[in-house]
Amino acid sequence: MRQKKPALVVTFAATSDAMAMERYCTEHNLPGRLIPIPREIHAGCGLAWKTEPEEKEAFTKSLEEAGIRWEDMAVLELWG
Amino acid sequence: MIYLDNAATTQKKPQCVADALLEALNTMGNGGRGAHGTALKASRAIYDARRKIAQLMHCSRADHVVFTCNSTEALNIAIRGILNPGDHVISTDLEHNSVLRPLYELEAHHNVALSFVSANRQGLVDYDDFEKLIRPETRAIVCTHASNLTGEILDLYKIGEIAHKHNLLLLVDASQTAGCVDIDMEAMHIDVVCFTGHKGLYGPQGTGGLCIREGVEIRPFKLGGTGIHSYSKTQPEEYPTRLEAGTLNSHGIMGLSAALDFLQETGIDTIYAKEHELMMRFYNGVVNIPGVTVYGDFTPGHPRTAVVTLNIRDYDSSAVSDELAECYDIATRPGAHCAPRMHYALGTQDQGAVRFSFSWFSTEEEVDAAITAVKEIAEG
Repeated sequence: MRQKKPALVVTFAATSDAMAMERYCTEHNLPGRLIPIPREIHAGCGLAWKTEPEEKEAFTKSLEEAGIRWEDMAVLELWG
Repeated sequence: MIYLDNAATTQKKPQCVADALLEALNTMGNGGRGAHGTALKASRAIYDARRKIAQLMHCSRADHVVFTCNSTEALNIAIRGILNPGDHVISTDLEHNSVLRPLYELEAHHNVALSFVSANRQGLVDYDDFEKLIRPETRAIVCTHASNLTGEILDLYKIGEIAHKHNLLLLVDASQTAGCVDIDMEAMHIDVVCFTGHKGLYGPQGTGGLCIREGVEIRPFKLGGTGIHSYSKTQPEEYPTRLEAGTLNSHGIMGLSAALDFLQETGIDTIYAKEHELMMRFYNGVVNIPGVTVYGDFTPGHPRTAVVTLNIRDYDSSAVSDELAECYDIATRPGAHCAPRMHYALGTQDQGAVRFSFSWFSTEEEVDAAITAVKEIAEG
């Protein structure tokens, strides 16, 4: 396994919201990628957006301005 | 073969649709089921298609575009998922059985009352009738955008104004118009528009869906895996997940997405103009042939889809269509077209009618061959 390090993780109520997030971040050069949802957020399946923790403030502001919907946001210790 | 049954399905598709289908079959995983490359490829393709459909229909939210396997499924979801016992619904004589049968079932078993706006012998409606049929318990108007039998287009601006004025929901069957005619959910006050992918949108069969106005609640008709919130005992509330249990037809949706690109590049107005030119060429070629009866309003400027429906003498429409297929290699649609009320309105319930329907890929040579065939059959 890769080393654990802190990551900002954003979760969604629907896959289409995750896809909207990915599209928005790609178009606006915001770093990150989609990952399977970590169990620390909630067990089960689904997609989450993983990015750098230091991006949280700017990231949150951008998403709110763009009207992108997310469910939860947390900083977790994740592999990779 | 000369294919003039495009109102049933556009048999000839843009090459980009076939290419996209093949690519999807060879490379695509299951959308929303994992975060590996092939699953994400499917999720992205599905989301792109939602965005394109939302743009086409002027639906304010891409996540309110729900994919189904066809228009019939979409209409069943909308009609049966919105209406409640005690509701009264206004529909029209122009409807296809995909609207009529769900409504009749609600009438027979769920205490939903129905009224129908009549069509005259030409298949035309009086728009004042919509307002005349409204009762205190009226909940919705459910209507087609265009008759699949005569091509008559209903004025959704007028109907939407009436629905909006009386606080009624407007559910639209766009099976015959999506991709052929502009549909604007906002300007037309449409609450739900149901579409199929394989006709005017030039996508594969097995694709379709519904666009839902924000705030309109539709009960889920099936429950199951959604790729999200797996430990919840209930179906997620959010659209589109609420109505999309099970694996989507992501291969077909990728083909549909390519078809939407083709429409965008070609232009719906350009396609409409060409199809209408071909339709009028055929109409003008057959309308004065002795023994030929053409149904519908072909007044220049009258809004209609590219359909010409006719009968020859008192011949069975099935026999005429078979003659066209066997002797002239021309594909048409005879019979009742799943539109029983419209046939009663036209008085063709016994004879049926022969429908010629044109597409972007139809040619003048094909139209002229069809005119010659009708002439020869009429001359006996």
